[in-house]
Amino acid sequence: MTSVAAARRRQALSRFWADFRRHRAGLAGLVVLVAAVLLAVFAPLFIDDSVTSVVDAPGEEWSGPSLAFPFGTDESGRSILLMVWWGSRTSLLIGFLAALVSIVIGMVVGIAAGHFRGWLSAVLMRVTDWFLVLPSMVTALVLAAILGGSTFTIIMAIGITTWPSTARLLRAQTLAVEARPYIERSKALGGGHWHITTRHVLPNVAPLLLASTTLEVASAIVTESTLAFLGVSSNKTSWGTMLRGSYDYGAATQGAWWYILIPGLAILVVVMAFTLVGRALEAVLNPRLRKAT
Amino acid sequence: MTAPLEAAEPAVQAAGPGDERPVRRGTLQYALSKVGGALFSIAMVIVATFFVFRLLPGDPVRNLAQGRNMTPAQLDLERHRLGLDKPLINQFFDFVGNTLRLDLGTSYEYKRPVLDLIGERIGPTLLLAGTGLVIAVSLGVWQGTRAGWRHGGRFDRFSTGTSLVLWSVPTFWLGLLLMMVFGVGIGPIPGVLPFRGIESVDAPDGFAYLLDVASHMVLPCLTMVAVIYAQYLLVMRSSLLEEVSQDYVTVARAKGLRDDEVRRRHAVPNALLPTVTLVFMRIGFVVGGAVTVETIYTWPGLGQLFYEAIVVPDFTLMQGTFMLITVAVIIMNTLADVVYHLLDPRVRSA
Repeated sequence: MTSVAAARRRQALSRFWADFRRHRAGLAGLVVLVAAVLLAVFAPLFIDDSVTSVVDAPGEEWSGPSLAFPFGTDESGRSILLMVWWGSRTSLLIGFLAALVSIVIGMVVGIAAGHFRGWLSAVLMRVTDWFLVLPSMVTALVLAAILGGSTFTIIMAIGITTWPSTARLLRAQTLAVEARPYIERSKALGGGHWHITTRHVLPNVAPLLLASTTLEVASAIVTESTLAFLGVSSNKTSWGTMLRGSYDYGAATQGAWWYILIPGLAILVVVMAFTLVGRALEAVLNPRLRKAT
Repeated sequence: MTAPLEAAEPAVQAAGPGDERPVRRGTLQYALSKVGGALFSIAMVIVATFFVFRLLPGDPVRNLAQGRNMTPAQLDLERHRLGLDKPLINQFFDFVGNTLRLDLGTSYEYKRPVLDLIGERIGPTLLLAGTGLVIAVSLGVWQGTRAGWRHGGRFDRFSTGTSLVLWSVPTFWLGLLLMMVFGVGIGPIPGVLPFRGIESVDAPDGFAYLLDVASHMVLPCLTMVAVIYAQYLLVMRSSLLEEVSQDYVTVARAKGLRDDEVRRRHAVPNALLPTVTLVFMRIGFVVGGAVTVETIYTWPGLGQLFYEAIVVPDFTLMQGTFMLITVAVIIMNTLADVVYHLLDPRVRSA
């Protein structure tokens, strides 16, 4: 890459950051998001898997918030605070990877459907529309139930059921980009399909991809927690499995409000952070939306 | 729960102003092509269901037997009874034929035809989801209109904020919270609403029975409305915002109509279109919500039946309910396309 292009790219990036900073809600979301990710990544430095062990649980069963256990304990005396912290690793990991699977499928299908003409595009859009109409939660439940609830299958189940909206978005974007004159120039200079899609289309749609990835992570975290709550996920501690536990052991009738409140709040805060960042990104990137919001 | 919003975008954009004069061309033709597409989608659902459920790890008969002691002869007999000793291609045609005849097999758990079970459970689901949907749409449209009309005002900021929070809340968690606060009660404050099932054990007759069911419906319904109404609000708001800047609104104002009349008679009817379509388009999302809500409140509907099929696991039942739900969603979506086409001349010309 020439230095001119690099400088231009640097300039665009700093302009983008200046625009993004104007969205206060998005900025707040970004701070929360970064904090949550750092906490999850560095959790093993402070705690380990033993916080989820029922055998040597440190506290009394069902004890309310106290100094030793700021968020109380669960049915076997484990600290809710530490479990939520440790569970954030599974929840965030599944959220990120499922979003990645979804975005990659959506990107490949969307760009291919927009770039190629004729039967290939028609077939791809037909398949996309078919997946789009499937009730995603119900389909993900069936897939997870059939394939077993390992982390991998949960990721695939969420990814496979959520990619179509990305594919449609990217197809429209690809069509718009390829209508520009420099694509014709590139074709005239002998640029092939691979060159045009990866060198021209992809860089143009990349910012929008980032925005929809952020929103996708948010919905993937919610979906993961729902799947776990409905019992198709394996027993690895996540926010969803914790809430499952609170339901199974009757936390509501025990009056253990902290057991229900805290894991759910964790989901809410993190998902809100991703949603706010995603919306701010969209608003910065899409001037049509900027008017409306 | 952000995906639905993105998916709703194309529908909203499709309603963009068209420059050409609307051409009244082949509504019937359009409807037929949509119905054809839907039939194809339904066929694909049946085919996909067959293959996905044959991906089951392990031997289906052993899965069904679930650790019960069965002699090899019994296993063979069971295999023969289920037609699993036939070649895959024959199994496939048997499956397609049975499904088309609405023979969805026999539930392993209940030892009864899946179709009968579905028939029993569909009423409560329609009652719950239908009531929830009507309330959610009315509330969403009303609040979206108010928010969009005074765009940027306090009510608008409050509404957008609330819907963003509700958007991020997992349905089941909200259900658990409501159940704890209003059903079980916290500390000295007792719960006031029932939160299990559709009726009391000693349910009275007549009018009192209706009241009993209604009181059981409050919490599940509230949960559903809270989670699904945000999307109607946001779409109503943004489509109203698009209408506000249109020329005809300026004309209506120039004529000297009161602000209220401009909104009610001119802007809202046009802005309603995308929202109405969304009601049908997002029916799959409502179904997903119904599964969780019915599970939490043990509401004896289709969603709970589906959940039971998953935990047991009862694959015949799961397969039957899955196909039924999916086909219903496809039909609703096709209806949405056709109705939208009939209502909006701008789409017809496109």
